[in-house]
Amino acid sequence: MSHPAEPIHRDAISPDRVPRAREDHVAEAPVSLASLEVGATARVVSVDAEGPAGRRLQDLGFVPGTLVEVRRRAPLGDPVEFELRGTHLCLRRGEAARIRVRRA
Amino acid sequence: MSAASGAGVLRLGLIGSPNSGKTTLFNALTGLRAKVGNYPGVTVERLEGELHLDGRRAVVIDLPGTYSLDPISPDEQVVHRVLAGEIDTPPEALVMVVDACSLERSLLLVAQVLERDIPSCLVLTMTDELHARGGRLDLARLERALGIPVRGVVGHRGLGIGELRELLRHPERWDRPPIRPPASPAERAAWADSVLAHCLEQRPARHAATEAIDRVVLHPVAGPLLFAAVMVTFFQLIFAWALPAMDFIDAAIAVMADSARAVLPAGMLADFVTNGVIAGVGSVLAFLPQIVLLFTALYLLEDVGYMARAAFVVDRAMGRIGLEGRCFVSLLSSYACAIPGIMATRSIPSPRNRLVTILVAPLMTCSARLPLYALLIGAFVPATTVWGPLGLQGLTLLGLYLLGAFSALAVAAILKRTLLSGDSLPFYMELPSYRWPPPKLIFSQVWGSASAFVRRAGSIILVASMLLWMLLSFPRLTPAPGISETEAARLQLEQSFAGRAGHVLEPAIAPLGFDWKIGVGLLASLAAREVIVATLAQIYATSNEETSLRAAVRADVDPETGLPVFDPPTVAALLVFFVFALQCMSTLAIMRRETNSWRWPAFAFGYMLALAYGASFAAHRLVGWWTRSA
Repeated sequence: MSHPAEPIHRDAISPDRVPRAREDHVAEAPVSLASLEVGATARVVSVDAEGPAGRRLQDLGFVPGTLVEVRRRAPLGDPVEFELRGTHLCLRRGEAARIRVRRA
Repeated sequence: MSAASGAGVLRLGLIGSPNSGKTTLFNALTGLRAKVGNYPGVTVERLEGELHLDGRRAVVIDLPGTYSLDPISPDEQVVHRVLAGEIDTPPEALVMVVDACSLERSLLLVAQVLERDIPSCLVLTMTDELHARGGRLDLARLERALGIPVRGVVGHRGLGIGELRELLRHPERWDRPPIRPPASPAERAAWADSVLAHCLEQRPARHAATEAIDRVVLHPVAGPLLFAAVMVTFFQLIFAWALPAMDFIDAAIAVMADSARAVLPAGMLADFVTNGVIAGVGSVLAFLPQIVLLFTALYLLEDVGYMARAAFVVDRAMGRIGLEGRCFVSLLSSYACAIPGIMATRSIPSPRNRLVTILVAPLMTCSARLPLYALLIGAFVPATTVWGPLGLQGLTLLGLYLLGAFSALAVAAILKRTLLSGDSLPFYMELPSYRWPPPKLIFSQVWGSASAFVRRAGSIILVASMLLWMLLSFPRLTPAPGISETEAARLQLEQSFAGRAGHVLEPAIAPLGFDWKIGVGLLASLAAREVIVATLAQIYATSNEETSLRAAVRADVDPETGLPVFDPPTVAALLVFFVFALQCMSTLAIMRRETNSWRWPAFAFGYMLALAYGASFAAHRLVGWWTRSA
């Protein structure tokens, strides 16, 4: 089984004060952001979207290394509210599924 | 037209993401001397204000809010084109406006601006909120890390504005970043994080009030209930509470027409001024209270932060038909008038969703249909009680509203699956912190939008009603001696260009049960729907007073058959026709402006006319069959 190479972890806040990712810990395989439950936090690994859609998700802050928290689902189940980079942002599950994350 | 014409005037562009406090800062800098206008060729509103900086004149351009310089919505396109100098002279310097609490995300946009190598400075807004939430930011270190001047302000209280004005005097002396930030998104984020690590001493905590309010507003049960309550209040506001002001304006217009009639010698000129000009302008002004209330409610809900939550709550439902939560807000506004509804689509990033919303917005029952609905329902639907407070008349009206809304959603679903299918853009929406908007901000927004409505719609309706007056008044007949004045007026009308056109139209509309008089009304209502009531009043040579017109349409009989002109099938057909047909020049003109071509207004007019004719024909047959068998 191929083991993902140790990701280059960048801390969203401060590389000086926050300890770097624990290198000794076996990194979990990335999962889709849409699969996380409310209250979970994770770091963005990659955005699987081409063209303007992918660029926009990155401009909104979904860049590798960024810490994301799942805040709540809308009353009808979709969209989902996320907190990242000091903002609260909603995405539909379809879009969230394009963002690969690793639980923090 | 631009305040910037003339040499030596400094042009400053305000750039920032939505909800960054840009407009508040703009108002604080320029006072309320802003000019609202449109960018040439595009339809996004343009705000420019003059600024006097100790002997130096400057113009501040409020650019539409944007998350990126890589544009995907019409609003963002404007930012891109202004910076590229494709619209007007490009600004000489940029003022980046960033909410101090969301600096971490906003630095991604700051990086893109710094890549452009235009003199720039950074203004952090809402620094009071940052401190209230326990955040600490070292502005001097941020300034050093970015290499450009940084100032903190509290826009609505005017704090820090003096210092900022001092800074804005000499953009040519501003520090420029020694090296430009990296261009790839991942490196840009790394750059942003390292800048933040230098200056952010303490991250702000979550906004406590927003957390508490959202626990209720977005609660799985309480959220939708509150949403329903807001909608009911919204309708109440537009329909019931605007009425006294509308009646007042109607009365004032009537007084004006009367005094014009008293001053001017009787004859064509008096007729033209009262029926052509004053009645035309009056038909627009009568809607002004609704428009002002609607915009006040919309801006208040938007600026407080509720609109994004409403879109969050209904997004799933709108997603089923292929649209998104923000389209709902536009469709909602269209209940008052399709024009503000169509203008509100500018915030929808996806061009296809925006176009579909524009194309179906006129199907929502706007207030201009009400006068005809009120006339026909009042005249022909018995005022019987069905159950409790529900009467048959009210239920009929509700049915017409539901028919419009249902059709709008159905057409949207069809368009999204056929002509305008596919869209690769992601859905995203920010939930801003709740804030009390300064009253001045609401006032300036409502003032800008309402005056734009009066100017745009007013000029079209004025021209249309003058044209209609001419078509109804020419060619002149010399009345035969001995006939009464009302009879002479009726004959004049029948022989006028419009009357003849009504006769020409008659074979086409006969299957719907309409005679030439309704035909004239339909032609006249092409200008604006409510004009049909005034036209029918002229045709039936009654005063515009409702009860007598009601009596007149009820009493009208076909001279050949002796049967009533308005029998139940015809009334049903006419009501249904008005549910669907796009009889509104102002809407067509706004569609033209918003889509930049006549193609889409022509398409909307065509499909709605086809729907109107088909549904009206079906209604005529159905009610005819039902009344015969009953």
